[in-house]
Amino acid sequence: MAPAGYRRGVETAITTRVDGTTRTTRVDTRTTLLDLLRERLGNTSPKKGCDHGQCGACTVLLDGRRVLACLTLAVTTHDHDVTTADGLAPDGDLHPVQQAFLDNDAFQCGYCTPGQVCSAVGALAELAQGHPSHAGDITADPEPTRAEIAERMSGNLCRCGAYTNIITAVEQAARG
Amino acid sequence: MNTIGQDIPRRDGHAKVTGTATYAYETPADNAAYCALLQATIAKGQVTEIDITDALALPGVLTILTPGDVQKLTPVENTELHVLQDNEIAYRGQIIGAVIADTSDIARHAVELVHFTYHVDEHDSAYSPDRDDLYTPDKLVTGAPADTSTGDVDAAMRTATHTVDHVYSTATNHNNPMEPHATTALWQDDTLILWDSTQGVHAVRTTLAEVLDLRPDQVRVICPYVGGGFGAKGEPHAPVVIAALAARALPGRPIRLALTRAQMFVLVGYRTPTTQHTRVAADDTGRLTAIAIAATGQTARIREYVEHAGAATRMMYAAPNRATSHRVAALDVAVPTWMRAPGECPGMFGPEVAIDELADALGIDPIDLRVANEPDVDPESGNPFSSRNLVACLRQGADRFGWADRAPRRDGDWLVGTGVAAAVFPAFTMRATAAIRYDQGRYTVEIGAADLGTGAWTVLPQIAADALEVPLDQVDVGIGDTSYPYASTAGGSTGTATWGSAVLAAVETFRDKFGTDPNDGDEAEGTHDQGPFNEQYATYAFGAQFAEVRVHADTAEIRVPRLLGVFAAGRIINPRTARSQFIGGMTMGLSMALHENSELDPRFGHVMNHDFAGYHIASCADATDVRAFWIDEEDPHVNPLGAKGIGEIGIVGTAAAIVNAAHHATGVRVRDLPLTLDKLLPGLP
Amino acid sequence: MRPFDHQTPANAHTAVHLAAAHPTAAFLAGGTNLVDHLKLGITHPDLLIDLSAATTAAITELDGRLLIGAGARNSDIAADHRVRTRYPALAEALLSGASGQLRNMATAGGNPLQRTRCAYFQDTTTPCNKRRPGSGCAALGGFTRGHAILGASDHCVATHPSDMAVALTALDATVHVLGPDGERTIPFVDLHRLPDDDPTRDTVLDHGDLITMIELPDSPIARQSRYRKVRDRASYAFALISVAAALEVTHGVITDARLAFGGVAHKPWRARAAEQILIGEPATDDTYRLAAETELANARTLDGLDGGNAFKVPLLIRTATAVLRQLAEEPR
Repeated sequence: MAPAGYRRGVETAITTRVDGTTRTTRVDTRTTLLDLLRERLGNTSPKKGCDHGQCGACTVLLDGRRVLACLTLAVTTHDHDVTTADGLAPDGDLHPVQQAFLDNDAFQCGYCTPGQVCSAVGALAELAQGHPSHAGDITADPEPTRAEIAERMSGNLCRCGAYTNIITAVEQAARG
Repeated sequence: MNTIGQDIPRRDGHAKVTGTATYAYETPADNAAYCALLQATIAKGQVTEIDITDALALPGVLTILTPGDVQKLTPVENTELHVLQDNEIAYRGQIIGAVIADTSDIARHAVELVHFTYHVDEHDSAYSPDRDDLYTPDKLVTGAPADTSTGDVDAAMRTATHTVDHVYSTATNHNNPMEPHATTALWQDDTLILWDSTQGVHAVRTTLAEVLDLRPDQVRVICPYVGGGFGAKGEPHAPVVIAALAARALPGRPIRLALTRAQMFVLVGYRTPTTQHTRVAADDTGRLTAIAIAATGQTARIREYVEHAGAATRMMYAAPNRATSHRVAALDVAVPTWMRAPGECPGMFGPEVAIDELADALGIDPIDLRVANEPDVDPESGNPFSSRNLVACLRQGADRFGWADRAPRRDGDWLVGTGVAAAVFPAFTMRATAAIRYDQGRYTVEIGAADLGTGAWTVLPQIAADALEVPLDQVDVGIGDTSYPYASTAGGSTGTATWGSAVLAAVETFRDKFGTDPNDGDEAEGTHDQGPFNEQYATYAFGAQFAEVRVHADTAEIRVPRLLGVFAAGRIINPRTARSQFIGGMTMGLSMALHENSELDPRFGHVMNHDFAGYHIASCADATDVRAFWIDEEDPHVNPLGAKGIGEIGIVGTAAAIVNAAHHATGVRVRDLPLTLDKLLPGLP
Repeated sequence: MRPFDHQTPANAHTAVHLAAAHPTAAFLAGGTNLVDHLKLGITHPDLLIDLSAATTAAITELDGRLLIGAGARNSDIAADHRVRTRYPALAEALLSGASGQLRNMATAGGNPLQRTRCAYFQDTTTPCNKRRPGSGCAALGGFTRGHAILGASDHCVATHPSDMAVALTALDATVHVLGPDGERTIPFVDLHRLPDDDPTRDTVLDHGDLITMIELPDSPIARQSRYRKVRDRASYAFALISVAAALEVTHGVITDARLAFGGVAHKPWRARAAEQILIGEPATDDTYRLAAETELANARTLDGLDGGNAFKVPLLIRTATAVLRQLAEEPR
């Protein structure tokens, strides 16, 4: 085998359902889900803020759970379901979380926002399933308090400093 | 009909919550190629050899730019733009080449296959306020002198009954907007199109045209959305020049270049560390007899940028004896730049903590102490303030915050205290032109402005609608494109005031020419250009920052459960977007206070914690209750719009308020940022 | 990032044999650390063995013991009712780590094998004995605020970053490993190693060894356990120090104890000496403090460009004391 340095990329065909549409592509095994979406499939809703799992801007829902697209290799999403913030608003009809972000001005530059939105949708689902967090008593059923929401949203950095409004927006969405 | 002052939702909101707003890298383009940067791994020296054989052999690699092998660039003042002109390396991480390939995976892989050989020179990257080669800059970035002195501070310090004399310091901070700097560049038909992440499309065009030896009309810069900037996108940096060179190397092919987060710590500027030797003297009543600051910082050897941390002390409080100075160390480090409230943000740390220390020593409430030292006129220029409502901010803030009953207390495991600090930021405007066109019942405003999240997409139509006296939904706006009239960069908190004043001028011209019943296609322009500085008045926004701090009695962990700010910033166009800017600045100030610290290792010459796991910015759990209020302020002197700018003042004073509150809670006085638990721990019982 | 093949073997045996046949293969589980390392150029595997089909995510019970499949996600482990009630320190440790998104990705098998976040390890342009043997330790003389105070060597002063591993260390977990030569179990406390003169090795696992399961013993004391993490940010930050503890107190006297520290060493640090001090003594602050001080008697702190890490000693003593006090005063 040639030294790794000189190898060309290894390509694999994958089929992934993105925002409700089945997409079949040949991807380099190195390609992350984030780059697949942004650079191959033309879906730039998830953002690249750090590319190392340290900011949350790339958050998408994978089979309904929030994950980081930058640390997910595209090949591992074969036969899986990916939802971006764009996919949360089919035909432009905003998801309640998106509407709450609008209502509470829970963003400024907007770059972290699609990741915040996907993260909030995932976090609210986790809350509804009774998943505990660091902010509460792990033996009790969690409530969507400001402290719980803040802890659960802390994987999404916002440099514009919209946190206070983000918490309020997620509170609003949690009330339904 | 009056929309100014109304709570109007963002026009770009739908696009942003769905992620369909297209930032620079995301510009739709067929057959794009991807650019990855090659960076020096030494801090000083020369590239002596470059081996690109392996990289070029990689299928999918299109071309590799290397030093001396690109277009000769025109020298400009901003020397960091002279990329790849020679083999010299002036700081670790400097761009020494770029790979362009069919995919980003291939481009990044090829970077690993390029081999550099260096001649290494000894470098010196160690900042210290005690260096023996500190120098005095010719002038500050504001044009003001580096040093000022009135009266005799030393004598006042000797004779005063109460003095504070300490050294305070702020850390190196990196702007780190969430969107790393990015460009999509296309060279086609002798024209360069740059979709660039910038705070000012016209500034990029002007500079890039000059550097690349093109006519301005050969360069078009487009930027509808910016993922934050905070000063780092205030002027073009080296990467956009690389993107342009790459585009010229591959005509017709769109080139995409986005910085990595690690590159954000070296290629696009930062706030330098500052050391602030601060002295205040007062009589028994708390009347200041002297205030002085000697500020020291660093700059890059290849380009001077001096953080003007002493500026605010010149105008903040009345004291007969005043002195300020700036000294700087030129080092083999990356080039610093503006970062949110340059000068005032770090410069209101030392003095505002010193005032708190003085209040403590005197046994006077720190609000009362500040009120007692309100100047009648600007102490520096002698000019009256166009408006100065610091006292109103302090008083209203005290009421809203619950300042009166502020004895430090213990709540379970937590020691609780409160603190206050003042904020200030100059109010000025730049030059801009707006165009207004009428067509089929709708007005369109066009101006080369930028919306960094500040709300320009939303507030400029408000200003136009009110001036035109038409409903808001009859006004469209276009920004972020050099095909629109010239607008100043979004910086210095001048955006809304400058562009809004240009819109007012355009409306006036339009109505003068076409009246209230225009025909389709009628169009007029108006320009705002009153010069940045007001000759008759001292023009500043003011504010008061209040913080509650909790310190864990066992671990010294620090939390800020409440921040409250009251600001006097002229006319507020849109309370919704204004509030977000204020609380955003305060949140960044909290982040500066508790977390931000770029750790430059002088042995290597670069910042080691160059990611978001190492360089902490505040997370959601750090800033859960940040509130901003403002007082209604009419200031007819600042500009036609009466707005002072709100993007920066929110960060000023926040760190001092938090440090003062931590002292109130624990009795431990920390004078160097960031305030981390290891600094409080030794003082806890 | 260099190219690599990607295979998804159907079971653990195939995965292990595949790895054994490829000296530069790497197992891919949640990917939260490995994919990061691929991007940083820290590791260059030419084959990724995707474990999504080879390991189980199931959490099952056997004779009172809890068996956590290596593929179980951190968030699912923390949400498991049995973990929350019988091993609360583990749930708390998991929930104090990383972010919601990362916990949905990171697995039981992968989390303990994550590598240090030492900046000099992660920056491939600086020397690091862990990354490039013999190149030197750049942390010495550099920024050391996050570095080790126990068990470090002249070759490496890195700390292990996992929270989960600290709880597993305290709670007497066992690791089930499938290797090229078959199955074996390793007490969790013996999984990680000190750097000594070979910091390239974080654990006692050899190439091809695959963690298939993590086993928690039937342990009454584990019900009285807590995990306390001290960090710079209120959330989403690595530990400066952490304490996992379990305490059994009868009539004011400590009858049994488990104690482990995080953020202080190349491995999760089981505080055996402290446990010896605690057992049989009155449940008082003096006892707790003495126990922690005894464990840290041999601590070696580092100077650094950032003021070093000496603060970790008093911080850890105070935190351990507080955690033990809380366990005694507020039984779960």
